[in-house]
Amino acid sequence: MSLYDTLRHFADSYGLVVMIALFLLLCAWPFRPGSKQYNRNAATMIFKDEDDGR
Amino acid sequence: MEAVLGRIGLWFALLLLSIVAIVSAQDSGFAAHMTIIAIVALILIWITAACYDPLAKAQGMFRMPEGPSRYDDDPIRWGVLATIFWGMAGFLAGVFIALQLVFPELNFEPYLSFGRVRPLHTSAVIFAFGGNALIATSFYIVQRTCRTQLAFPGLARFVFWGYQLFIVLAATGYLLGITQSKEYAEPEWYVDLWLTIVWLCYAAVFIGTIVKRREPHIYVANWFFLAFIVTIAMLHVVNNLAMPVSLLGSRSYSAFAGVQDALTQWWYGHNAVGFFLTAGFLAMMYYFVPKQADRPVYSYRLSIIHFWSLIFLYIWAGPHHLHYTALPDWAQTLGMVFSVILWMPSWGGMINGLMTLNGAWDKIRTDPIIRMMAMSLAFYGMSTFEGPMMSIKSVNSLSHYTDWTIGHVHSGALGWNGLITFAAVYYLVPRLWRRERLYSLRMINWHFWLATLGIVFYAASMWVAGVTQGLMWREYGPDGYLVNSFVDTVAALEPMYMMRAFGGLLYLAGAVIMTYNVWMTLAGKVREEASLRNAPHDAEKDRPITAVPAE
Repeated sequence: MSLYDTLRHFADSYGLVVMIALFLLLCAWPFRPGSKQYNRNAATMIFKDEDDGR
Repeated sequence: MEAVLGRIGLWFALLLLSIVAIVSAQDSGFAAHMTIIAIVALILIWITAACYDPLAKAQGMFRMPEGPSRYDDDPIRWGVLATIFWGMAGFLAGVFIALQLVFPELNFEPYLSFGRVRPLHTSAVIFAFGGNALIATSFYIVQRTCRTQLAFPGLARFVFWGYQLFIVLAATGYLLGITQSKEYAEPEWYVDLWLTIVWLCYAAVFIGTIVKRREPHIYVANWFFLAFIVTIAMLHVVNNLAMPVSLLGSRSYSAFAGVQDALTQWWYGHNAVGFFLTAGFLAMMYYFVPKQADRPVYSYRLSIIHFWSLIFLYIWAGPHHLHYTALPDWAQTLGMVFSVILWMPSWGGMINGLMTLNGAWDKIRTDPIIRMMAMSLAFYGMSTFEGPMMSIKSVNSLSHYTDWTIGHVHSGALGWNGLITFAAVYYLVPRLWRRERLYSLRMINWHFWLATLGIVFYAASMWVAGVTQGLMWREYGPDGYLVNSFVDTVAALEPMYMMRAFGGLLYLAGAVIMTYNVWMTLAGKVREEASLRNAPHDAEKDRPITAVPAE
């Protein structure tokens, strides 16, 4: 089998599975238990800097 | 003293080298570009000598931030001004080429022919206007969200000026006929190498600032900026792999050939849309919309899903530019499927931005900057719906190579990128120049309506033009021959081209108003004007209804 074929088979088997698993994990990460307060802090942290550095 | 002399010597060596390159250049375009380098070297010698101050400790051309207690805003101020300047140049070039399509006499050969001014227009609005806006806002946002000063202040100044040199070399090159004929990647090999250096320095400044942050969390806008910087570096390097014909000439040949070259080009081209015009500008959206609305983003979780979906999906969508070509069918279908999937995260992002105004919808009426942001998000939603639809093969067989594509691109570029950038400029100017407020808020309102109306004229006329063109091209007579010749379709589209030029003119007029507004703000003036949020009180009507006796 040529290098192309090897890479092609890897891409549509293990490669694909790993990519999808990684994607789902990263999307699920902000929904882990106890992250609500963390997300709220992250969303409001831009308002701590009220004077725009003046 | 020694340091200054050493630096002048360095610039002088650069001057000599560029003169050698001018003399032994293989073509006149390369010689012209080396002349620009020589002029830059001369200016550097002059400035270095003029700035020499025997009493100062550091001998820099630029003022550096004094202490760590202040944000480093000088490169951001320059970036905002450069954004406005290149924006005006790019919009003007756009109106000019739109008029060329209606009045062919405007093709002043060879330097101002349509084929040369068109890449000048696209690069000026995308890379000069958009690029400067991205560099300026990323430097602003990364400092504010990391609560720390910009890393490597000298390098940050180099990034700004180095990027301007890239723009000048690219723009003059197009007019001189220097191009490697790759859409949105026209500059030749030596300009590409220069941009690579500048871009790596940009990445160093941005990542360096994130590394020395004082806030534990990296705000989501910085994720988008980081994705934009890293991906553009990768796309730029791979798509521009080329072998120069001569080290002192402007010609080069691509490392790829045939359909591989085409796929690499559209992998680059579509991800330039995805990561330059989308990810970077979404970063602006995720900071400026919450700040201007004074409310946190609707859902921080959704913003993270938005981010990862964009990263994982966008990179596969490029093949939809090559439907019905020599590209293998499975690759075309792959591009189409991923483009359609991409619709969802795009709308997730749009909803996240718009819903940030939830509970404060009145601001769309009372705050013209918020109104501009809301309209830009609406256009983001419209063009990210239109794009996946056009990538479907059966739709694409009608829309491809027609003006529908041009209309789609402009509803995204003028509507989404343009309006969010204008809103960011209006947000930044009073803060960066320490002004109480902008010169005029009513002028923002004028800008908003002129721009919106301009886009409506543009997109609507291009829809009609594109569908007309597509239907005329595919029309067969009973004898099996095509009914229309190409020039028939051109004649049929002339009124649409006229309307398009009018729409562009309205958009340009809005930008002129912005330039005047920013100019007067910088001059320290405040226009006396009636407030936009006026709820008049009529004392006559402010009374209960009483029974009136019959007369």
